[in-house]
Amino acid sequence: MDGPSLPAALGAVIRRDLLLAMRRKSDVLTTLFFFIIVVSLFPLGVGPEMAMLRQIAPGVLWVAALLATMLSLNRLFAADHADGTLEQMALSAVPLGVLVTGKVIAHWLLSGLPLALLAPVLGLQFDLAAGSLAVLVVSLLIGTPVLSLIGAVGAALTLGVRGGGVLVSLLVLPLYVPVLIFGAGAVEADLTGLGATAHLSLLAAFLALAAFFGPWATTVALRIALE
Amino acid sequence: MNNRIINWFKFASPQTFYPLAGKMIPWFWALTALFGIAGLYIGFFVAPTDAQQGEGYRIIFIHVPASWMSMFIYLVMAFWAALGLGFNTRLSGMMASALAPTGALMAFLSLWTGALWGKPMWGTWWVWDARLTSELILFFLYIGFIALQSAIDDPRRADKAGAVLALVGVVNIPIIYFSVKWWNTLHQGASVSLTRSPSMAQTMLWGMLLMALAFWMYSIAVSLARVRAIILERERHAGWVADLEEVRS
Repeated sequence: MDGPSLPAALGAVIRRDLLLAMRRKSDVLTTLFFFIIVVSLFPLGVGPEMAMLRQIAPGVLWVAALLATMLSLNRLFAADHADGTLEQMALSAVPLGVLVTGKVIAHWLLSGLPLALLAPVLGLQFDLAAGSLAVLVVSLLIGTPVLSLIGAVGAALTLGVRGGGVLVSLLVLPLYVPVLIFGAGAVEADLTGLGATAHLSLLAAFLALAAFFGPWATTVALRIALE
Repeated sequence: MNNRIINWFKFASPQTFYPLAGKMIPWFWALTALFGIAGLYIGFFVAPTDAQQGEGYRIIFIHVPASWMSMFIYLVMAFWAALGLGFNTRLSGMMASALAPTGALMAFLSLWTGALWGKPMWGTWWVWDARLTSELILFFLYIGFIALQSAIDDPRRADKAGAVLALVGVVNIPIIYFSVKWWNTLHQGASVSLTRSPSMAQTMLWGMLLMALAFWMYSIAVSLARVRAIILERERHAGWVADLEEVRS
């Protein structure tokens, strides 16, 4: 009984999820536009003073990224759970953890990566300097995979549960706090001239931890949901 | 030796634990009253007035024990959750869900009394201090746990899902605490230093320890009472529940 090799299975899951998303582009785009709209609302609420906007920019962009990622968590497992694909995955010869990792990577490619690439354009609205914009992109590139990994645990726990969409925010947002602190902190440290290396290193440490524990916890949670 | 192990596992079954818990509850209530009366007496009549903070400081006799318990209960909850996941025992999950509301209550009490204490001492209800912020996040974690469990209808799945969440939370709590602490030291402006703890009079310390014991015993008593209710609810189809005196009457 030889299954496909693990990298091949991983690649297949990523490719499949990306393909599915390309066939239904509105899901991905809705999240992105949500991000853009939320960020654009802040100057309207706070006022257009550039000095203040520059100060709140890192926090606003990061909180918006957090919320956008959270909104997209639903599509991580829900559709596969509904049509039974998830059960087939759990039964397959490939360890479920590998398949889950593939799904999380695909989720990040569809939510985190576009957010990170879009952020500098929005950062310009907040009058961030070029150096700070670069730090913002790097912090989002390191930080958003952590959001996807932690979010996958929440999405798996609330799979098929009453009011899962709202519930997942309650479970996941408190756990996002460290990422928010160091992600926004990196940009802020760059703005004040402290240098962002320490923050980015810590974000990378979170990523290492989450990459190790996240898929494992998600697998356990999925098996509970599929019981 | 072997006998002792079997005896411990005997109480892992709801049927044997239910009467045991019933017998233990009055004792824990008695201890709560004992420690509580002693602690309050020391707190209000024996402990001297604080030189800097006046009478207002006496709120720490509630505030500090509540904060301690809120953190401790989360650890106990995670312990039962891990046990339930590992050994697949039903009672462990019930213990975890019985502890959660008490833990949330303690976290809330700690925040509430902290605000009441902060107003006269710092002149503000709330500061974004590291401890306050992480206590708030701990409160959110409790609420998430309770919300997740109540959203799942199948009690076994609710137990297990809650257990995973509690364990993820317990791994995250130190990370959250240290992130918030660092975040706080970076934003010096708004913070009030809590770390230089004034040397505490011996009687104050005793009062606080007694109150902590009272809170501890209260938490045990209430959780046992709650776990009994959970057992009755979940085992309502079992024969032994129908034979209970309080159920028949």
